[in-house]
Amino acid sequence: MRSRFGLKIALVAGVFLVCAWRVIGVNPSWDAVRQNLADNIALGLDLKGGTHLILQVQVQDALKAEADQTIDRIRTRLLRAGISYTSIRRNDPGSIEEADSIEIQLDGTPTDRVSDVRAILEEEAPSWLANSTGGSSFALGMRPSELLRLKAETLQQSMSTIENRINGLGLTEPVIQQHGRAEAEHEILVQLPGVSDPARVMNLLQMSAQLEIKKVIDGPFTSPEAARSQNNGILPANSELAHYAERGRNEWYLLERNPVVTGRDLRGATAGRDTQNPGAWQVAFSLSRQAGQRFGLFTAANIGQNLAVVLDRRVQSVASIESRIESEGVINNIDGQTESLDLALVLRAGALPASVVYLEERTVGASLGADSIRQGVQSAIVGVCIIVVVMLAYYRLAGINANLALFFNLLILLAVLSAFGFTLTLPGIAGIILTIGMAVDANVLIFERIREELRAGKAVVAALNAGFGKAFLTIIDTNLTTIIAAAFLFLFGRGPVRGFAVTLAIGLLANLFTSVFVSRLIFDVSMWRKRNLKEMSI
Amino acid sequence: MQLIGQTSIDFLGRRKIFIALSAALLLAGIGSAVTKGGLKFGIDFKGGTLVYVKFRDAPDPERIRGVLQGKGLSVATLQPFQDTADAHELKIDLDLAGDVVETSGKDQVIETLREIYPIGAGKLDFNNASPEALAQSLLSERTLRDAGHSSRDLASHAEAMVAWRDQAPRSGLLRDLAELSDVPGVPSSVVAAVPQVAEAGAFHIGGVEVVGPKIGAELQWQAIKATLFALAGMLVYIAFRFEWIYGVAAVIAVFHDVFITIGFFSLFDREIELTVVAALLTLVGYSMNDTIVIFDRVRENRAAVRKSSMTDLLNLSINQTLSRTVLTSGLTLVAVLCLLVLGGEVLRGFSFGLAVGVLVGTYSSIFIASPVLLWGQGLQTARAGGGRRRR
Repeated sequence: MRSRFGLKIALVAGVFLVCAWRVIGVNPSWDAVRQNLADNIALGLDLKGGTHLILQVQVQDALKAEADQTIDRIRTRLLRAGISYTSIRRNDPGSIEEADSIEIQLDGTPTDRVSDVRAILEEEAPSWLANSTGGSSFALGMRPSELLRLKAETLQQSMSTIENRINGLGLTEPVIQQHGRAEAEHEILVQLPGVSDPARVMNLLQMSAQLEIKKVIDGPFTSPEAARSQNNGILPANSELAHYAERGRNEWYLLERNPVVTGRDLRGATAGRDTQNPGAWQVAFSLSRQAGQRFGLFTAANIGQNLAVVLDRRVQSVASIESRIESEGVINNIDGQTESLDLALVLRAGALPASVVYLEERTVGASLGADSIRQGVQSAIVGVCIIVVVMLAYYRLAGINANLALFFNLLILLAVLSAFGFTLTLPGIAGIILTIGMAVDANVLIFERIREELRAGKAVVAALNAGFGKAFLTIIDTNLTTIIAAAFLFLFGRGPVRGFAVTLAIGLLANLFTSVFVSRLIFDVSMWRKRNLKEMSI
Repeated sequence: MQLIGQTSIDFLGRRKIFIALSAALLLAGIGSAVTKGGLKFGIDFKGGTLVYVKFRDAPDPERIRGVLQGKGLSVATLQPFQDTADAHELKIDLDLAGDVVETSGKDQVIETLREIYPIGAGKLDFNNASPEALAQSLLSERTLRDAGHSSRDLASHAEAMVAWRDQAPRSGLLRDLAELSDVPGVPSSVVAAVPQVAEAGAFHIGGVEVVGPKIGAELQWQAIKATLFALAGMLVYIAFRFEWIYGVAAVIAVFHDVFITIGFFSLFDREIELTVVAALLTLVGYSMNDTIVIFDRVRENRAAVRKSSMTDLLNLSINQTLSRTVLTSGLTLVAVLCLLVLGGEVLRGFSFGLAVGVLVGTYSSIFIASPVLLWGQGLQTARAGGGRRRR
């Protein structure tokens, strides 16, 4: 008997010490306890303040880009093979839901060269399925496997780009993860603890930052029409018009369609004051070795010509090539310091493969979070105090037992939360309240049962045994049912529902241990050597 | 101490009265929801823009509403959130403008407030400043630079002052920048410089929520799906531990509770926010717990008292567990009422749901789950042929 007690007591004491160490720490001063609690219990954004964003990656953008590249390749091959056509173009899916409908339409090829066209399509568009619609037209749809791959890749790439950008800002403990059902929704969750003014971050994450350096064919023109009329109404092959509206300008340039350098060729970018335009800012960038060689050859061959720095399809600056440029360049004409810092950061972090939109933005100010946690904790303390007093008044000495079990339960709950790094949110507090309710209930069930047995005339020890024995089944049933429910809520729920499920499940498992095992042990120890006790304080 | 001794109340004999009461409550809830044009969902479910603002002095909601509407924004609600002698808070709720998240709505609200409560030109609003912005402003102040404060020092002082501003009892709103002399660790030269660059504005933005329509619908569906799966899981467990009909009775009681509680939200004109879902989940767990305690007693008594009828068995079990039911529910209700009274405005919807839930959940275990079980058992016996002896 004694040795079995010894083992049990050692177990309970061990659990208690480990949990107490985890939650309270070794230093028992009040400030140290508070500090430890603050360090060990991770609070959700709703309690500590911060910004929560859900972004959706517009994957159709990446599909459209892929279609455009394919069209370019087909066009070149058809031209080289001397096959005429009236038009080749793609459709324009406007939303994620329509993304899969991406299609390239090739019309007006000569009917006697159908097999040649087919061969070219197969070679140049391997990820597309070509259907002949009438003898001279083809419709190309993307293969389903390719659609899936490209969309998943776009999401992954967007996520790592966003991660790079956020890390570049040096924020603490950001969370960036996929959100939503599997791959199908292309959503990204971003949580930024402590950020109460998300405007800059939100802007930064949305910047597409497509940097291109292009050769200027002609310009400036005062309007697109002026540019066209200069070229007999049509633009030359492989050229495009771009608007230059920086610093009060309103000019148009005719540029070569294919860039000499793009954002992918960058090795680094740093912000600084604009060396040419006082008051403005600039971003200086350096090129990778390979791109640097290419740029060197190009600039050496085009001395005296103009180059345009194009950012997101708008001309940012124009400069003439004075000498061979190997590896460095500058983007001028940036309005403010923050803008130049952000642009440099985004260029370093890489461009987004598709645009992103915000589905949700939540900002909890530190003061609001602090208010709700203070009020929540205050009311919980008052509530627990009332429960403790009532249990003592109602069950007298046995009430001490119940209260010990309740505190032990809460201690284990907090310790497990901190050990596994679960975050405590408002719904999590709801889970704790239900846990308190059920912990009290377990003891009430046991004590009422013992009282019943005592009323039925049983001796104290027998009543204790019967009470625990009979209440045990009920407690197992009620707790297990709720734990099963919590498990399902955890599996299928999201965000707040999960937070609730986690605290509830941990609390109830702890409850099984404290109410059935610990509470029983306290009774047994206090009754030890009092086998013939006639009365108990319950 | 003993509140309730041994009782022998005929709970099931009065079941028709209570079923009528439940039906009346359900109808009242439905009727209220219908006449009010549907349930009032919070921003999490309906989408839109929500801005929590704290004011130094009592604001004029009608004026703010007027200016916002003048800018073409559709203001859904503009209600005092917490309005006591020393705390004036407003919740400004804008309807969804388009398909995508409109962050401009938030900006316009802040802009409008700035128009109504202007601060000195070129100055920073200390009560809405981020630590970075404050540090930047301090850095531009010549006296501080001359006094040899490094930018890193100023950044940490700015952080300390903003953190202090956000603590209770200030909770984000300073009346006077002179209060900053109480911030520990910040030298008086820095405190003295703050009024040069900043001003204590009349309001503080406590939080902003912007939710697109897709997220709302998705959240709603997610929560419902998770709850249904959880209920199915409980049903199977109870069926396994007891009998199918026990599980069905318990689940019906839970549905009853959830619907009546939602009805109360409509009756009391409360919004169903995301935290209310947590309250409803708690209610599901609580009500189930309560029902199982009674059913467990029924199972035990059925083995012991073989001859008695199901009605007597149920009555006996309810009476035997009555003192436990009253004590547990009473204590849980006390904890929940503390939350309702002291828990603050953010938790109010949640604690309201819990308070109603605990009451209804306790009631339903006795007056709904038990009669349904009785009825189901009767059906089962009838189907098995009246001749078969009750197990």
